Amino acid sequence: MSNEWPLWEVFIRGQHGLSHRHVGSLHAPDAEIAIKNARDVYTRRNEGVSIWVVPSSDIVASAPGDKEPLYEPSNSKVYRHPTFFDIPEEAGPM
Amino acid sequence: MYAQEVKSTGQGVKSLEEMAPDERAFQEKVNAKIKIEPKDWMPEGYRKTLVRQISQHAHSEIVGQLPEGNWISRAPTLERKAILLAKVQDEAGHGLYLYCAAETLGVSRDQMTEQLLAGKAKYSSIFNYPTLTWADIGAIGWLVDGAAIMNQVPLQRCSYGPYSRAMIRICKEESFHQRQGYDIMMKLCAGTAEQKEMAQDALNRWWQPALMMFGPPDGDSVHSAQSMAWGIKQNSNDELRQKFVNETVPQAEYLGLTPPDPDVNWNEDKQGYDYGELDWNEFYEVLKGNGPCNKERLEARQKAWDDGEWFRDGLMAHARKREMRKQAAE
Repeated sequence: MSNEWPLWEVFIRGQHGLSHRHVGSLHAPDAEIAIKNARDVYTRRNEGVSIWVVPSSDIVASAPGDKEPLYEPSNSKVYRHPTFFDIPEEAGPM
Repeated sequence: MYAQEVKSTGQGVKSLEEMAPDERAFQEKVNAKIKIEPKDWMPEGYRKTLVRQISQHAHSEIVGQLPEGNWISRAPTLERKAILLAKVQDEAGHGLYLYCAAETLGVSRDQMTEQLLAGKAKYSSIFNYPTLTWADIGAIGWLVDGAAIMNQVPLQRCSYGPYSRAMIRICKEESFHQRQGYDIMMKLCAGTAEQKEMAQDALNRWWQPALMMFGPPDGDSVHSAQSMAWGIKQNSNDELRQKFVNETVPQAEYLGLTPPDPDVNWNEDKQGYDYGELDWNEFYEVLKGNGPCNKERLEARQKAWDDGEWFRDGLMAHARKREMRKQAAE
């Protein structure tokens, strides 16, 4: 059995109330050490206030080939954007 | 630079018409500056070239800790020591970002380590030179990290997403490295005659190796055209070298130091500095393993790998045991 430490994906939440964001990956034997390593590798300059680590093998990703069926339908729905509607100036700020 | 001699495996640059549909779609994405991501289709040569380049780059960051680590215990003040520790820790981090980027291409971390230790994978020639005095730590930050920035800034636009993202993180942190080095040089140059002499001596020894970091002259750099077509490389070796010389000569002047090359002169026509022929024979010898510290560097990496084995294995065994207990309890 390979003794290479498994790969973890690291997510960090920054100072300003934004969501956790994927910052990269690292190797660690278990979750606890993955958090410690993530602290050293990805937050040396106060980049975050919270760390998530997830085993890379547990990430399920969409396939690049599915781009069209997944995202194409929203292209035609321009009315989802507020700028689709012309509101007269007389109506005041909206 | 940090990857100085990356052999690309493509058979010369093909035109769009010569390409099969997959390859053509790939090339059109690269041309349109759309990033290539790990699961996207890519030519085998692109993948191989990137694995070589990114792993060389990662190995350079890791091996690059050794010449500077040499001075951590002998830094002149506690503050300099703390700064140097932070800098060397950054280099470790940079190595890790890059190894992860390479791993997205299907090579494992252990494979890359094995290739380095077996002497099959290269790292930058610059790290095979010794750090003889404290001024060398200044010169490395100023010149070596300066050259690294020059090379890495355009790599942020590399066509391969994970490499590009790793470079963005690295570039954010790299400026501190160059400035702390220049700060050491400024201090020495404002010191006693002996200290200034030390700074000049360090510049004398690091100037040529730093210019060679950009790799062989364009005429001899056989793999550049394909790497450029693939969007892995953005500028030619000589272009970046010239840019580096143009920035560095005034910085040396400010310090009151002189680059060890009588041919360094302002050239009004090209709006840049001329510089003399570099000793490429030395460059190839160092790459081949015959530099002053090649043997020492690889021995240090081998020792770290061997001495750490019980620790890596022990933690893994502990993690497996805990996982099994957890499953048994469920």
